[in-house]
Amino acid sequence: MIDPNASVLLEVRGLTATVAGVEILKGIDLTVRAGEVHAIMGPNGSGKSTFARILAGHPAYEVKSGTVRFEDRDLFELAPEERARRGLFLGFQYPVEIPGVSNSAFLRLAYNTVLGARGRDELDPLEFDDLVREKMKLLDIDTSFLDRSVNDGFSGGEKKRNEILQMALLEPRVAILDETDSGLDIDALRVVANGVNHLLTPENACVLVTHYQRLLNYIVPDYVHVMEGGRIIMTGDKALALELEARGYDWVVEAHKGRDKAAA
Amino acid sequence: MSTVLEHLVNQPYKHGFVTEIEAETAPKGLSEDTIRLISAKKNEPEWLLEFRLKAYRHWLTMAEPAWPNVKYPKIDFQDIIYYSAPKPKKLNSMDEVDPELLRTFEKLGVPMNERAALAGVAVDVIFDSVSVATTYKQKLADVGIIFCSISEAVREHPELVRRYLGTVVPSGDNYYAALNSAVFTDGSFCFIPRGVKCPMELSTYFRINTQESGQFERTLIVAEEGASVSYLEGCTAPKFDTNQLHAAVVELVALDNARIKYSTVQNWYAGDERGKGGIYNFVTKRGLCKGVNSHISWTQVETGSAITWKYPSCVLLGENSVGEFYSVALTNHHQQADTGTKMVHIGRDTRSTIVSKGISAGSSNNSYRGLVKIGPKADRARNYSQCDSMLIGARCGANTFPYIQVQNATARVEHEATTSKIGEDQLFYFQSRGVSPEEAVSMIINGFCKDVFQQLPMEFAVEATKLLGLKLEGSVG
Repeated sequence: MIDPNASVLLEVRGLTATVAGVEILKGIDLTVRAGEVHAIMGPNGSGKSTFARILAGHPAYEVKSGTVRFEDRDLFELAPEERARRGLFLGFQYPVEIPGVSNSAFLRLAYNTVLGARGRDELDPLEFDDLVREKMKLLDIDTSFLDRSVNDGFSGGEKKRNEILQMALLEPRVAILDETDSGLDIDALRVVANGVNHLLTPENACVLVTHYQRLLNYIVPDYVHVMEGGRIIMTGDKALALELEARGYDWVVEAHKGRDKAAA
Repeated sequence: MSTVLEHLVNQPYKHGFVTEIEAETAPKGLSEDTIRLISAKKNEPEWLLEFRLKAYRHWLTMAEPAWPNVKYPKIDFQDIIYYSAPKPKKLNSMDEVDPELLRTFEKLGVPMNERAALAGVAVDVIFDSVSVATTYKQKLADVGIIFCSISEAVREHPELVRRYLGTVVPSGDNYYAALNSAVFTDGSFCFIPRGVKCPMELSTYFRINTQESGQFERTLIVAEEGASVSYLEGCTAPKFDTNQLHAAVVELVALDNARIKYSTVQNWYAGDERGKGGIYNFVTKRGLCKGVNSHISWTQVETGSAITWKYPSCVLLGENSVGEFYSVALTNHHQQADTGTKMVHIGRDTRSTIVSKGISAGSSNNSYRGLVKIGPKADRARNYSQCDSMLIGARCGANTFPYIQVQNATARVEHEATTSKIGEDQLFYFQSRGVSPEEAVSMIINGFCKDVFQQLPMEFAVEATKLLGLKLEGSVG
């Protein structure tokens, strides 16, 4: 839902970044307003996941230049946990396994920390259990998740469902989902889409990083951006996603090169 | 904390410094004369002097063990004072205490009135008839339990001490045990008579003179037929000591159907961040399941000392007896730990369980060394061992040295081992859910140690959890 007067949640300007000395992002601009759904698409290695992880504060990347404002704050002045408490959420492409830590204890700690920072009352284990079961029912997630260790021995689909559950619990302002749809069967894909659609309100926003158009059958994006070589080289709407699906990425890349030449 | 314990702990500190020994210090060095002096000072009977001398003569023929996976400069045994009277007041007020130590107390929640005593500040003590220790002792005496210092036991119950001392750890057992047998100055004695279930957790915390047991501590615990006891050693508050070498011996004896549970939280001075100073802790702990159906369980949380060399063991002699070992050993900075257990199955249908969790951080080195031995007569003996290591950072090391010797075809021995690492990605995952790296490490570590913490008495488990978090402070992120 596009409302040009809606408040800006995330504003990225001229972002460049390196990992181990190699430049991965070469100047990204992106404005995300409340109520919007953005899809970032692009071939493998175009920098989509790097972009998502930099926003969440992954320590492996070094930001070289550019600015990112998250609501009224300079994002890079905030520690990763501080970003999360202020409502930035990253759904991981490959969620890590944490053996020995019970998923329910982990979810409760995350919930109490993030929502506690926004003034919500801390929930004891019993109160939290009620809440989490309600969310799981809504999202059609099996409650046996709670008794297992965090992502430990989970199948790929189960890990992604667990990410969606976390997103639903933490009520983010901006949710960034990094290829959450990849490797999912149709049921799991529906769970993910269902989670995102439940989350969306006029007050928050969602950025979907995805390789395929498939997820966009369930979640309708307001903007579709094509990323290539560390830049966003084209922006359109859902129609662009369908065209990409039909024609691949090459033509966009060619068109962009042509434009670059013309500009030079 | 249980209310009983809380009550006891929060009492004003009334433990007196019992001065059964005149303030004196023997000259440095070890000889038969030193041993005779110690024995004379303590008015010991002739048999005990003989026990010491025999141990000393044996020790002279032994060599310091070189097999542990630890490195330290050669110890000069002639440069140690083997007998010293309880230390007098060291500091006059809390203002003189190292602020770092006070902050540690604060974080651990050590009660105010305990802090002074632990920091070595002289406290005004009135030894009266209602002191904690006395009340405690009376309650135990009512059911026939003897719990006192080993010196007192030698005086008051010589026949009991003589019957059991050295029966589990013989005086010539190993280099450090022999040294301890020759020169031990004090320690604890605990006797639970037939059929008695000890009504409370016994803790050295409440025994007078605990702080003065010195570097060669000797502990003997005997549970007669059908008796049971849970014994807590040490305390989570850091123990500072000017003695660098500590060589203790602990012996446990369980007769038919008896049960002994021995829990330790060890947090001795580990040296500074660069590895200077710190205590060498070379301990021999062994339990003898002498009777049928007897049960001995060791639980340890080792976080201190510069070097730890320690293998709490069980000799399963009685048929159907059970030995258990649950351990968390954490090393940080330049600490070295070579620790584990020995389960020696002699009787039929004996069972043992080993759960060891090693955590290494900084530049430390953490080794598990364990022996499971099944003798020819130990039909249907069973052992299950699980040894897990966790690494924090890239400079530390973890090793596992399992020794398995089976001489009986009906035995069943299982060994599992894992190594894991707290990596940047795990911490980032927590952070991206709002959780700070410190909390994340503490949650991962507690998950890792769960199987061991469950074995600790409640109040210890809570403190152990906090302690691990504290010891790892600043090691990640």
